[in-house]
Amino acid sequence: MNEPVLTVEDLHVWFELERGGELHAVQGVSFELRPGERFGLVGESGCGKTTTILALMGLLPSSASVAGRVLLDGEDVLARGEQSVSPHRWTDIAMVFQGAMNAFNPVKRIGDQIAEPMKLHGLAEGRSTRQRVGELLERVGIPAARASSYPHEFSGGMRQRAALAMALACKPRVLLADEPTTALDVMVQAQILQLLAELADDFGLSLVLVTHDLPIVAQVCERAAVMYAGEIVETGSTDSLYHDPKHPYTRLLFSATPDLYGEEDVVSIPGTPPRLDRELVGCPFAPRCDRVFEPCASIAPPLRPTGAGHAAACHLNDPVMRVAS
Amino acid sequence: MSTIASGPGAAGAPGDPGDLPQARRRRGGVVWSIVRSRPQAAIAGNILLVTILVAIFAPFLAPYGPREKVGPPFAPPSAEFPLGLDDGGIDILSLIIYGSRVSLVVGFAAAAVAMLIGGAVGIISGYFGGKTDITLMRITDYFLVIPDVPLMIVIAAIWGRSLTNIIIIIGVIYWTGTARIIRAQVKSVRERVYIRRAQALGASDSRIIFRHVLPQVAPLLVANTVLTVAVAIFAETALAFLGLGDPSLVSWGRMIENAFVSNAISVDAWWAIAPPGIAVAVVILACTLLGTAIEDALNPRLRVGHLSVRRFRLRPVPKDAA
Amino acid sequence: MTSGNGSAPLLEVEDLVTSFPVPRGVVGTIRGRPKLAVEAVAGVSFSVRKGEMLALVGESGSGKTTTAQTILRLVKPESGAIRFRGEEITNASGRGLRSLRRHVQLIFQDPYESLDPRFRVRATVEEPLLVHGEGGGARERQRRVREALVRAGLTPPELFLDRYPHELSGGQRQRVAIAASLVLDPELLVADEPVSMLDVSVRAGILTLLDELRSSGLGILMITHDLSTAAHYADRIAVMYLGRIVEEGPARDVITSPKHPYTRALLSVVPQRDPRAAATPQILTGETPNPIAVPVGCRFHPRCPIAIPECRDVDPELRVPAGARAGHLAACIRA
Repeated sequence: MNEPVLTVEDLHVWFELERGGELHAVQGVSFELRPGERFGLVGESGCGKTTTILALMGLLPSSASVAGRVLLDGEDVLARGEQSVSPHRWTDIAMVFQGAMNAFNPVKRIGDQIAEPMKLHGLAEGRSTRQRVGELLERVGIPAARASSYPHEFSGGMRQRAALAMALACKPRVLLADEPTTALDVMVQAQILQLLAELADDFGLSLVLVTHDLPIVAQVCERAAVMYAGEIVETGSTDSLYHDPKHPYTRLLFSATPDLYGEEDVVSIPGTPPRLDRELVGCPFAPRCDRVFEPCASIAPPLRPTGAGHAAACHLNDPVMRVAS
Repeated sequence: MSTIASGPGAAGAPGDPGDLPQARRRRGGVVWSIVRSRPQAAIAGNILLVTILVAIFAPFLAPYGPREKVGPPFAPPSAEFPLGLDDGGIDILSLIIYGSRVSLVVGFAAAAVAMLIGGAVGIISGYFGGKTDITLMRITDYFLVIPDVPLMIVIAAIWGRSLTNIIIIIGVIYWTGTARIIRAQVKSVRERVYIRRAQALGASDSRIIFRHVLPQVAPLLVANTVLTVAVAIFAETALAFLGLGDPSLVSWGRMIENAFVSNAISVDAWWAIAPPGIAVAVVILACTLLGTAIEDALNPRLRVGHLSVRRFRLRPVPKDAA
Repeated sequence: MTSGNGSAPLLEVEDLVTSFPVPRGVVGTIRGRPKLAVEAVAGVSFSVRKGEMLALVGESGSGKTTTAQTILRLVKPESGAIRFRGEEITNASGRGLRSLRRHVQLIFQDPYESLDPRFRVRATVEEPLLVHGEGGGARERQRRVREALVRAGLTPPELFLDRYPHELSGGQRQRVAIAASLVLDPELLVADEPVSMLDVSVRAGILTLLDELRSSGLGILMITHDLSTAAHYADRIAVMYLGRIVEEGPARDVITSPKHPYTRALLSVVPQRDPRAAATPQILTGETPNPIAVPVGCRFHPRCPIAIPECRDVDPELRVPAGARAGHLAACIRA
């Protein structure tokens, strides 16, 4: 059974800007998620990774317009907008948000909030709800009795665990995690990441981990996609992304991340990402690339396979382009 | 094609702010840009402007003098006297025009007094916190519970009915609202990192207050002051109506008082009562609209439209997709 | 790496203790509950030399930020000594404090908030000069402002002088903040998580800048939770836990042969870039305890993977353990 559980096809998201015009936040993103797979979506701020997974959940505001298909078991959940997405939210795809620690309603008890998605989808009543909530809490490492606590009585790490419990309440098949450990201490981060991995295995979940932190993706995920300026610029196994990057941005991003035991120089990437409220010509990374050459400024490189399960959007991988220049 | 500004620590292509918002050079400040962008504020502002101009140029605009008897008492409105005459045969239109002066002077001056006291108390209280804050808030509470009209009656009775006294009384009673609002904002501004940085630098408190806190608080102070003008004008009108106004000056409140005292109602002389009342109402309304428009603009949290998710729209995939 | 030259250290901290009172509330006061105090910093000693970067590493609740604030006298220490250039500043006030504020500058974590949004870059960088009454006339001040901007990597300075913060990127804003710290020619920079809110691709630029400043003679105390950053840029690392330094030494030594179990555990859970990197993470259970209730004996023993019964009775001293090089200390009876 190796059919992808989730397929994203040519996803575009635009945001209307107050001052007029549009921001093209996600520009033709496509990827597949297999059952039980842990997939990383990596990029810096503004690259569109959070918007991408919000689109998968249909959690975009009225200023957003979306194009493309999101196939869950062959059905396009975006086909009819909110109508087609909402039955799948929480039951098939669930999400843990950035700052999930602050995503709880401060005046409702944790237990009630975890039960909410279940009640919403009519999956639990009365006593069985309480029992299920207790089980979920225990599974994420919180004593079941704490279901009657309020969010402010939990530490940051515990709230994150509770957020995970809430996401798993309706037994989804896909879990989207947006920067799940960003504001947490290193040790708590390790605990949460270990928990995520365990839950993914136990519940048979497919995990999409969105983060700017490359080492986390290297540790947790088997495959990843690197995003830049709304596009996926490289995708492949985390092993090949590190040992054999095919896009300069991927390579430079790794070089910009200090390693505990690495002796090499850490470099920064000069310049800033391009504005997404204008049409881009050529490769979006060209102005900052250290291997830029002729075709880069005028021709946008498509995402092309460079090996088994490995693809990159860079002219350097295209023998035709290299000869022509 | 592109030469990369490489080398360690390159600050990024100079002159290119990347995908940052276009520079908005604030000309004339936040308040002005708010007024310009909201019709409600612009209309209200224009009404106020007209009123101010009328007050300034009163002698040139009024057809007759404020004490000039030009016809029989309570003459109804006519082509010659568009608003009729009062009990002393004086042209009401001229009275309205001249009366705007006192109302506006009192309104603005009293609001200024309230702003100075309230602003100072709010800033000191919010910035220093601790015992200072508690003490000042206690004092504010005391002033808050004083019933305004009785106090004004008492003070007017003791110290006489002069314009200055009226201004002081109104200012001293109405500063409390400003103080609380400013204090709240100062408390939040005080926690901003750049304030801590200034403190870590060794900047004196007065420097921090005047150069960092005050500019941040100023727009709200302006909005609040405009609202206080409305309150002050009303207070002056009420005082004058109660006979506590300066007897030597014409004001809208005095006009209404005069009309009642001279029994305008019994002769159905609505033109002696309605115009000043309407004038007061219009000016107060204009101030309130302007003030709340500025306040609303300064308080982005009041907008909740952006919180509605799930209402995204669909559109076809662009043809030139890679 | 010019790691100091044996002369007197720039900054010396000895047995520093900073505590905060715990509010009792009305009920507590009525019931006569004892006045509690939380020792955020519970006896910390270290030094920073000229041309040296010391990284103070720890998780939340370790007291590293409070230590930095205490050194700058933004918070009053309870006991202990702070010496700057040999001079005691623990209880300095007035003039002594002002002088301290000239020579020791603080760089904050949040570049998006540390600049007054209404001040142009020119005014922000000039302000320290005005506060301390330095720099002859306006022209002289402008010259120093330009120099500071260049030193912070914002060249040409003319391009940035008239900008407002919202027109700059995060990295540029942090450089402006750094320029504002440099304009007074300080001797010691205290950087509190200087890059944690910046994008990865921009961090190295700022850290390299700090490294250059260090080689030009400044002493730098960097507060961070990121061990990888500390490993790469700092000369010395001090690891804090619950208000104490549990390990301290040359960066390389602490990273490659840690002597304290907390340091070892911490290092083992730091994710590495290489997916193939062999990882045997020692994930500790629970979280750092609340500083109100510090464990008796060794502060770390309840979570320590190698704790023995003695650990409950002894509060270990920071000393050079067996097998460690000089200058590498750890507070563990089993090290």
